[in-house]
Amino acid sequence: MKIAITSVGQDLESKIDARFGRAKWFIVIDTETNQHQVISNEHNLNISQGAGIQTAENISRHNVEAVITGNCGPKAFTTLNSAGIKVYSAVDGTVAEVLEKFKNGKLKQAGGANVEGHWA
Amino acid sequence: MKQKLTIAVASGKGGTGKTTVSASLACAAADTGHKTAYMDCDVEEPNGHLFLKPTINYRHMVGIPVPVVDQDKCTACGLCGEICQFSAIVCVNKNVLTFDKMCHGCGGCSLVCPTEAITEHSRNFGVVETGDCGNNLKFCHGKLDVGEIHSPPLIEAVRETAQGEDLSIVDASPGTSCPVVAAIKGVDYVLLVTEPTPFGVNDLEIAVDMVKELGIPHGVVINRSVPEHTLARDFCRDNNIKILVEIPDDRRVAEAYSKGELPYKGVEGYRELFKELIDTIIEEAGR
Ligand code: SF4
Ligand code: SF4
Repeated sequence: MKIAITSVGQDLESKIDARFGRAKWFIVIDTETNQHQVISNEHNLNISQGAGIQTAENISRHNVEAVITGNCGPKAFTTLNSAGIKVYSAVDGTVAEVLEKFKNGKLKQAGGANVEGHWA
Repeated sequence: MKQKLTIAVASGKGGTGKTTVSASLACAAADTGHKTAYMDCDVEEPNGHLFLKPTINYRHMVGIPVPVVDQDKCTACGLCGEICQFSAIVCVNKNVLTFDKMCHGCGGCSLVCPTEAITEHSRNFGVVETGDCGNNLKFCHGKLDVGEIHSPPLIEAVRETAQGEDLSIVDASPGTSCPVVAAIKGVDYVLLVTEPTPFGVNDLEIAVDMVKELGIPHGVVINRSVPEHTLARDFCRDNNIKILVEIPDDRRVAEAYSKGELPYKGVEGYRELFKELIDTIIEEAGR
């Protein structure tokens, strides 16, 4: 399956980015082959509202089944949910470490937004 | 005074006594024989009514049109999400999601939708109340519903509702962001209320830039003025801005305020001060 991890850099050794909507990069990884692809989210960094929604939309274009990130607000969660994408929470570590944890079933699936939206 | 006049009272920050000044000014205007409307455009936290104690006799809801999508007609083309500047509508996985609270009601999405899947429904986000404060003084304010963020349309509604009197006093919200611009856009004169503290003057500077940008004639009221604090005075002199009046730092004003009383009504000497102020403003605005 394909998953996306929010990342502060462009390779597997980068730290994960805990902020979903304001993450600079996404690493999209195929968990069977370990092949990965780097997706830029830079165009959503500076928009004044709806960064989470736009980021979720951006990710949904890459046919991933799950997203691993730190904090995901209610609107981003709703959007991901609607796109059929599951959200898993991870707070720190590198992309590679988080990926390992995910493969070993060590990450918890988020049942809802885990931070308040900026406008809520 | 020949033509109708709208005067806005603004301040770069909260707590400068803006409401006391604008409400007092409204009373002074009414008492000097002008048919006056006081409009509280600080819709996130209106408090003019606490001092003016109006009888409210009319209220109406204010809403904006938000999109509702008929999923049967929708072909998931995604155009609506592309046009929306506010991320209030987005198409993912053949579903269209809408986030009403983020929608500015621009109508763009329903315009671009090729299949007419989008209709507009009104969503209320605040209320405008109008009333009377007795002789010559009409009252109007807007109250934004809890959790709402877009105050400009409500502010515009307040201003539209109360227009028509000879003299309108607009109480703008503190700061220099969109709501303030909505409150002072197109007025004839802006009264900037400040304090002679470094913070006060710093915010005054920003507020002055804003009114200059908007091209509105303006003057300054220094509130809680202390003779030896010259910061605000110096700033106005250096920038060629007229100080219309300095209201002294007076215990009695604070005491009146804490009782929900205007200095205009409750403290000796202030009736004259505000009557003079309104005359000065009319003269300045008329130039
Ligand atoms: S009406 Fe305008 S702001 Fe609202 S969802 Fe449609 S395009 Fe976006
Ligand atoms: S523009 Fe109309 S048809 Fe296209 S996704 Fe939006 S609602 Fe559906």
